[in-house]
Amino acid sequence: MSPILATLLGAFAGFIAGCITGVLHTKGNINALLAGILMMIALYSINLRLMGQPTVSMLNESTLFTQIQSWWVASGFDAFFNNIVLSLGAERFSGTWLVFSVMVILTLMVKVFLDYFLKTEVGLALRATGDNQKMIRSLSANTDGLIIIGIGISNGLVALSGALIGQYGGFANVNMGIGMIVIGLASVIIGEALFGKRTIIIATLAVIGGAIVYRIVVTMALRVDFLDSGDMKLITAVLVIAALVAPRMVQARKEKKRRLRKKAELLQRKEGEVHSA
Amino acid sequence: MLNLKDVSITFNEGTPDEKKALQSVDLELKKGEFVTVIGSNGAGKSTLMNVVSGSLIPDVGEVMIDDKHVVHLPEYKRAGFIGRVFQDPMAGTAPSMTIEENLAMAYSRDKKRKLIPGVTKKRREMYREYLESLNLGLEDRLNARVGLLSGGERQALSLLMATFTEPHILMLDEHTAALDPSRAELITEITADVVKKFELTTLMVTHNMQQALDLGDRLIMMDKGQIIFDVSGEEKQELTIKDLLDEFHRIRGKQIESDRAVLG
Ligand SMILES: Nc1ncnc2c1ncn2[C@@H]1O[C@H](COP(=O)(O)OP(=O)(O)OP(=O)(O)O)[C@@H](O)[C@H]1O
Ligand SMILES: [Mg+2]
Repeated sequence: MSPILATLLGAFAGFIAGCITGVLHTKGNINALLAGILMMIALYSINLRLMGQPTVSMLNESTLFTQIQSWWVASGFDAFFNNIVLSLGAERFSGTWLVFSVMVILTLMVKVFLDYFLKTEVGLALRATGDNQKMIRSLSANTDGLIIIGIGISNGLVALSGALIGQYGGFANVNMGIGMIVIGLASVIIGEALFGKRTIIIATLAVIGGAIVYRIVVTMALRVDFLDSGDMKLITAVLVIAALVAPRMVQARKEKKRRLRKKAELLQRKEGEVHSA
Repeated sequence: MLNLKDVSITFNEGTPDEKKALQSVDLELKKGEFVTVIGSNGAGKSTLMNVVSGSLIPDVGEVMIDDKHVVHLPEYKRAGFIGRVFQDPMAGTAPSMTIEENLAMAYSRDKKRKLIPGVTKKRREMYREYLESLNLGLEDRLNARVGLLSGGERQALSLLMATFTEPHILMLDEHTAALDPSRAELITEITADVVKKFELTTLMVTHNMQQALDLGDRLIMMDKGQIIFDVSGEEKQELTIKDLLDEFHRIRGKQIESDRAVLG
């Protein structure tokens, strides 16, 4: 099967799984978190069945990345870029950079899609469902349907990421998703703290930026001598706490400074009055 | 236009908390009629509104809008032709979204929502014009988050959102109750204006008797889940607050006496 098609089908399977979670939550009245957990454990068994064994190697398979690589070489761009890069005195334009460029483009595509979607009539209704359900229902939106689609889309994106990671790493493991929720949450929180979420465009940028910053910080932290890979969860926890607390501390500090300044101004004015009297 | 026949609803039936919130209510509204609803706390006014809007399904009875039975039409489908403003200014708008986005969502009320942008240049001009009619300067703050607006501004915006698509029925449930007197007056004025402008069939609940007398062309009084008084036309024009109170005591007094007779 073509890797592109396989990737898209993977994303679609995720979309369907998300929709089922949404149905459990809206029509079955199951608590949102519980519905998600139930779906997750059910899928664990299903994945294991599909894979037949806990780990499947794709090293000798053609993947999205090997395909792009060979296309790249065949197109002649490879030689062209290598010449430029070499003439600039650097190493050759390596596979890593190719993967990087492909991922940047893919990420931007997803971002542009989301930015557009969340401003459409349907997208606005979806956002309002999270903001004020009673209100958007009184404006004739089917909130149950929107919740189902919303979870479907987000799960589709999660599955797309999983498909890409699997092909990039050259293997799939039933446990590879464990701990991902916390990492995703950490990324979003860090992103929001750094970039804010004033508009949709900034909010999606914050999610991407937060994920990158998170990875950079964790990688740097692991370089420190006395930390090893087992400490990753601790580092994540500390990072999230910092991202949650720091903005408030900065705000409180600003507020305090502002008050001190006001106080000083008031004192000065009073002194002025005393002198003039 | 709107037709309720023999509508009853009882909460917590068979428990000590049993509450007959509506008892065989009949109500007919003609097209373009503006009805104010008064009655003490717990009289069943909000329940009546919820039965019309579809957030409550009556135990028995018929609800018809435009000669269509709607009892089993879910709330969100009815909302296509029912505009509502709630008592709580926070309830009618999405706080973390902008003014123009909120208006865009209201604009889609009577249409199928599509994958096209909710705010376009052309639509923005339209939203701006509607906002200008409120005279609150909101037209210059299209990109402000609604959460930043004051309660009065939000309620004015909710009112606009509920009306500019010209719904078949407009329902206002104490929509000025949470505002200070001057803001309440402003919203009352805007209400009178838009109802007239779009010729909306309107049901308005209020605890302000003066407001109930000043606005609209018909007044109904509710008590214990029943409509106990219903006046319209000239008779309503001449009504005073004192008349209303007297009427209430006269009707309820009779009832209490007859209850006594039955129990005694
Ligand atoms: N979901 C519910 N479950 C149980 N009882 C309810 C429910 N909704 C309303 N009631 C009861 O039904 C009665 C009528 O309530 P309703 O909200 O219609 O009164 P109201 O006329 O709007 O009063 P208010 O002026 O205080 O808003 C009240 O006694 C209330 O406690
Ligand atoms: Mg009420």
